[in-house]
Amino acid sequence: MAQAHDAEMGITEEKISLAGGELLLLKAGKGRPLLVLHEELGFPGWLWWNRELAREHSLIAPLHPGFGRSPRREWILNVRDLAGFYLWFIREQKLAPVDVIGISFGGWVAAEMAAFAPESLRRIVLVAPLGIAPPQGHLMDMFTVTARGYLRSSVAAAQKTPEFGSLFGGSPSPEQFEAFEEARAEAARLAWQPYMYNPSLPHLLVGARHVPALVIWGQEDTVAPVGCGEIYARALPNSRLTIFESCGHRPEIEQRERFVAEVRSFLAA
Amino acid sequence: MHIMWFSERAYHFDPETQSEQHRQFENEVIRRRSFFGLPNSMCEPEHASRLLNQYLDEKLYSEELGFDGVMLNEHHGTPFCLGAVMDVEAAILAKLTKRVKIVLLGNPIPTVANPLRLAEELAMIDLIPGGRLVAGWVRGAGSEQLANNANPAYNREYLEEGIDFIIKAWTTPGPFRYEGKHFHFRFINPWVLPLQKPHPQFWIPGLVSPDTVIWCAKRRYPYIALATKLAPTVELWDLYTKIAAAEGYQAGPENFGYMQPVFVGHNQARAEALGERFMFGGGFAHFARPEWMFPPGYNSKEATRRLARLNSGPNLPGKPIHRSQGNETEEEIEAIKREIYAGYPQARKELQMIAGTPDYVTKQVRKVLEVLRPGIFSFWIDGPLSFSDRRECLRLLATEVLPAVREFADELGLEDPFARKAGSRALPADGKPAPVAQAEMLKQMAAVA
Repeated sequence: MAQAHDAEMGITEEKISLAGGELLLLKAGKGRPLLVLHEELGFPGWLWWNRELAREHSLIAPLHPGFGRSPRREWILNVRDLAGFYLWFIREQKLAPVDVIGISFGGWVAAEMAAFAPESLRRIVLVAPLGIAPPQGHLMDMFTVTARGYLRSSVAAAQKTPEFGSLFGGSPSPEQFEAFEEARAEAARLAWQPYMYNPSLPHLLVGARHVPALVIWGQEDTVAPVGCGEIYARALPNSRLTIFESCGHRPEIEQRERFVAEVRSFLAA
Repeated sequence: MHIMWFSERAYHFDPETQSEQHRQFENEVIRRRSFFGLPNSMCEPEHASRLLNQYLDEKLYSEELGFDGVMLNEHHGTPFCLGAVMDVEAAILAKLTKRVKIVLLGNPIPTVANPLRLAEELAMIDLIPGGRLVAGWVRGAGSEQLANNANPAYNREYLEEGIDFIIKAWTTPGPFRYEGKHFHFRFINPWVLPLQKPHPQFWIPGLVSPDTVIWCAKRRYPYIALATKLAPTVELWDLYTKIAAAEGYQAGPENFGYMQPVFVGHNQARAEALGERFMFGGGFAHFARPEWMFPPGYNSKEATRRLARLNSGPNLPGKPIHRSQGNETEEEIEAIKREIYAGYPQARKELQMIAGTPDYVTKQVRKVLEVLRPGIFSFWIDGPLSFSDRRECLRLLATEVLPAVREFADELGLEDPFARKAGSRALPADGKPAPVAQAEMLKQMAAVA
């Protein structure tokens, strides 16, 4: 077990063995476990919202297999397979029923988990999750733009978003270019077609109706139109859709105070 | 030596008789930094119809002129190449030619996505002309994975499984069933099978990706470098030779091919001026923008690592320029064009374009042959040129350059894979392979330059 400590947040890194390979876990904070599922470009680094929630939660952020540091499992062919992998992880780690927060692609994974094993989840927070096609328009195609281009499109106003510049280590480097390419390649393997959604998901989510869900969306989201959120909210009747005005695809950094307040009060219940 | 010639069959206008259309078209390519993705509303079908017919006529003419083969390729979603479905052109040539090899470099298995269909198309293209097909395989450009919705992260897997499947479909008595990783067929029993047994030769074109070179050496497929710079090409020939030795054979000229951009004319200055048009629109550097050239997972990890540290496009003429884009004034566009065409003297110096009189071209081609010693050689004629200039270039190539090139080839022992099967040469007794490329010759050339 490799460990490196960060004094402020109590950050540790841990490798576990699961489903035929290693899985790298980033951990921080103390309290009731909160599983954090990262986005399609990889794990962006610990952010302010993580530090805030780490005060009362023990954050467990696995690095998705194939997205970089956790080795790929060749048999994980789609997002539902990845959800199955994480349900196995929850059982193995004896976490159920666990709170889960998923960002964008990670939100889709969380929704798939809810659809298949609602009893494994206590409360879920879906932050502009992919996984459902919008009623009008399309999900923005990350595969026809560069990683940097996709990143730029993810916030409504980069200059008004202090943490935007620190995402993924800040300034571009060859190492980060490689990391982005790894993440993009695995995202393509899992969600090339149909692009980043599963037609059965809204139907199956109805069966997970008792799982309390907080769905957070930015009104100005150009990556996943807010109409997707309305479908999520309809499919999950025990959910609340919270729309942030003047906000893009990253409410967790674009309006971080409000975001943390919403999540904190939802998870406290 | 097998000698053929190639052209992308671009949508273009003649700069001399259609100068305004030519200028507008090139400026739009420059503005977008890309041939790929140019709106198809810019394509005039009547013009495309004339061009496609003229390109086919040239291929027929080249058989009369004595070339050994006609080479085709295909590209998608771009005016760079109107041959979007190469097998359609190949089928026409299969019927209308009498002697030349029909060399398809190559069919993009990942983007066609149906290897059984390809097996049938190609079998017909071999049957109709009585066994003159050379089949080649490519991954397809990055942009084409997007244009055909072929998952780029599985690109190489599709290619390799597809080739194995096609061999199986051609050589295994049917009917049989196939359950692979990416392809699944419940009833395989193609009634059209190639005339050549066990199957037509496979040649693999590329831009010196080590992954492809290693893979070709293992499979004993001739590798055709597409107008790549000589120094990295020599390195890759050495790599192929090393892998071949590990596989137990000595690589020879029959394992290698090279494609050389040329333009021949009676008058040196005029030929040089026409050769410059190869830089049109930024050339291959503007084939497509980076986000389209390198879709997710298209490159191997090693290639991505190299790319992360290398801020340039493929090593063909035309400088990649990726500054702000889309809103330049006409003057700014003209300035970018000047910058692109300013690269021409360097391209000539590096033999990335050989333009001149038959005498001049012959001498320069000899240098290339001495360094690389390929058994397969293709001239490449491109750029917005009138068909009469192209035709005259072809005639001069055939009548005044080709005989000399054949003589050198004999002198240098450059056997092609029809004369000697690729991969059939025994290693020297000590097991150490002899190099095929002559790096020493390249050094001498550099010293003279």
